[in-house]
Amino acid sequence: MTATPHAATPSALPPVETPESQEDMRLLVAGQWQLMWWRFRKHKVAMVATAVSLLIYFVAVFAEFLAPLPRDHYAADYTFAPPQRIKLILEDEFGNREFHPHVLGYTVEIEAVALRRVFKPDPEQVIELGFFVDGLEEYRVLGIFPSRKHLFGPKDPTQPFYLFGADKLGQDLYSRLIFGTRISMTIGLVGVALSLIFGILLGGVSGLFGGTVDNIIQRTIEFFRAVPSIPLWMGLSAALPEDWDAIKRYFAITVILSILGWTGLARVVRGRFLSLREEDFVMSARLDGVAELGIILRYMLPSFLSHIIASVTLSIPGMILAETSLSFLGLGLRPPVVSWGVLLKDAQRVQVLATAPWLLIAAVPVIVSVLALNYVGDGLRDAADPYSR
Amino acid sequence: MIQYILHRVLLMIPTVFGISILCFGIIQLPPGDFLTFYVAELSAQGESVPEAQIAQLERQYGLGRPWYVQYFLWMKNIITKGDFGRSFTWNKPVSDLIWDRIAFTMLITLLTVVFVWIVALFIGKYAATHQYSLGDYIATFFGFIGLAVPNFLLALLLLYYSLKLFGLSPAGLFSPEYQDAPWSVGKWIDLLAHLWIPIVILGTAGTAGAIRILRANLLDELHKPYVITARAKGVPERTLIWRYPVRVALNPFISTVGWTLPDLVSGSIIVSVVLNLPTTGPLLLGALLQQDMFLAGSFILLVSVLTVIGTLISDVLLAWLDPRIRFS
Repeated sequence: MTATPHAATPSALPPVETPESQEDMRLLVAGQWQLMWWRFRKHKVAMVATAVSLLIYFVAVFAEFLAPLPRDHYAADYTFAPPQRIKLILEDEFGNREFHPHVLGYTVEIEAVALRRVFKPDPEQVIELGFFVDGLEEYRVLGIFPSRKHLFGPKDPTQPFYLFGADKLGQDLYSRLIFGTRISMTIGLVGVALSLIFGILLGGVSGLFGGTVDNIIQRTIEFFRAVPSIPLWMGLSAALPEDWDAIKRYFAITVILSILGWTGLARVVRGRFLSLREEDFVMSARLDGVAELGIILRYMLPSFLSHIIASVTLSIPGMILAETSLSFLGLGLRPPVVSWGVLLKDAQRVQVLATAPWLLIAAVPVIVSVLALNYVGDGLRDAADPYSR
Repeated sequence: MIQYILHRVLLMIPTVFGISILCFGIIQLPPGDFLTFYVAELSAQGESVPEAQIAQLERQYGLGRPWYVQYFLWMKNIITKGDFGRSFTWNKPVSDLIWDRIAFTMLITLLTVVFVWIVALFIGKYAATHQYSLGDYIATFFGFIGLAVPNFLLALLLLYYSLKLFGLSPAGLFSPEYQDAPWSVGKWIDLLAHLWIPIVILGTAGTAGAIRILRANLLDELHKPYVITARAKGVPERTLIWRYPVRVALNPFISTVGWTLPDLVSGSIIVSVVLNLPTTGPLLLGALLQQDMFLAGSFILLVSVLTVIGTLISDVLLAWLDPRIRFS
């Protein structure tokens, strides 16, 4: 708001227009969001992280299309089947090499001592892969358009295809990871949205009125920050009734996560309110007789919105990690709902881990998404104040 | 100073009160109370409970009376008798079960704080004095990884690799031969040999944050005039850095314990579940899954209150170190 275009009227500029002064000119007349975008663009890591985050949300939206198998498809014959390797070149009996993406089927032997099934790749069974293949079941894209197509998968959908291996029910881990993306990534969004409502309301009230109200709200925030979060979340989610269905449980968990989540956002909002209250442009609006609500919405909100967006982005990873931890412990979401934490729960026991180490792969999307969102948030935070440097 | 401590202790009272209300709420949330569970459990085993015993337990915990009476009795029993209620799954008083578990939790948490400080001090000092060097970038990178990888995942990875490479599981705090042995020098050494694993796992996230804080603070200090003066007077570089700017940059370590402590306690609970340590974690999780609420609620209460006390101690330490805080 401080970069006024008036200072840069053409008459005030030197007569010679070098490219440099054109650049200055552009900076002087650019709006706040434009400046922020320019600043954000310079942060290369944040740009890459933004692309990664958008990709992850894209996976969440089009999970049915991207996953080769339906979410709950299981095959008892393939319990803990190890991951298959995709081979691109197929050699036929005459030695001709041709481009045919395929995986090999399994032969199963029963180990004499441990009575465990051992899977080995079987060169005789070639399972051809293709793009845009028909799947087992019909699904709806975005819940509207019916389709049977999947991005890639076995040409014959009844044949085994386990890119990342199978779990204890013979379910395809790769497909389930993709479906888990939907739950894990949205629980962060919904949880943060709830925290944001509480945070803006209470933080705004706190910063606006000050005095006793402010004091009470600040003490409440300090109280919640002093309590260790995991035991509290554990206690609250263990108290959820057993007979609640998946949707109810999902929303209950987001509410529980935002009980502690709002405090950080409330602090940011309050801090911005306090510092903006003293700004000249707020004072002049007040002297012009603009109503209090008008000042907040029209003048204050635009200048702290960017900070809020940055803080919101930075608090999504915490929510994702919290849901993963709770579900991992068995207190969060439960099957048939699939989230990364639910998938990791299978890997909790060392014995299982020894037979099927590929179950740990569910950790990869957690780490990638948390890192990506952290970097996006960092970039946004740096860009949020375009007039700072 | 004494006035400051008193002031802080007074401020703590409403927090502790809030925690106790919250924990009591958690105890009350599931339907039914522990007595119905207890009676159901015993009758399922074909035993009957004498009426007199039921009546006595009902009176002791105020069951069936309004919640505030129950809360008051619960608190009164805790404060006057150290009685936290009964665990129906273990059929023992809660206080018999929790104390050594809480002690291990606190031991691990405190040692982790010390570990975080020492590691962050050396790495942070190196990163600040060698700004933009390869070592600095490596430290920053590991810092980010440490923040992004939840520590239960680290614990899982560690379990898997030690099983795969060495064929043994690092779970627990004692080797089998010392599990039930009385305390001896050998048992202590065995404990220390196991203890470093959870400490390192828990410490990663905290270390990452602490390195960043120390690095930023030290960078601010390094270019101040007093450093240049000391250098001009010929103080050897190593002595100079350790004696002056590092000491100033250390303050945030102590001031941030307040918010790293709750995180460490949280982390220790979930890591203990994975590594099966004899701390609060596994027992609390078991109690919650069985809805053994007196046990679970007491754990949450004690862990939270001890965290608040830890924060208080760190505040007092900070005030003792930095007179500006006492007098503002």
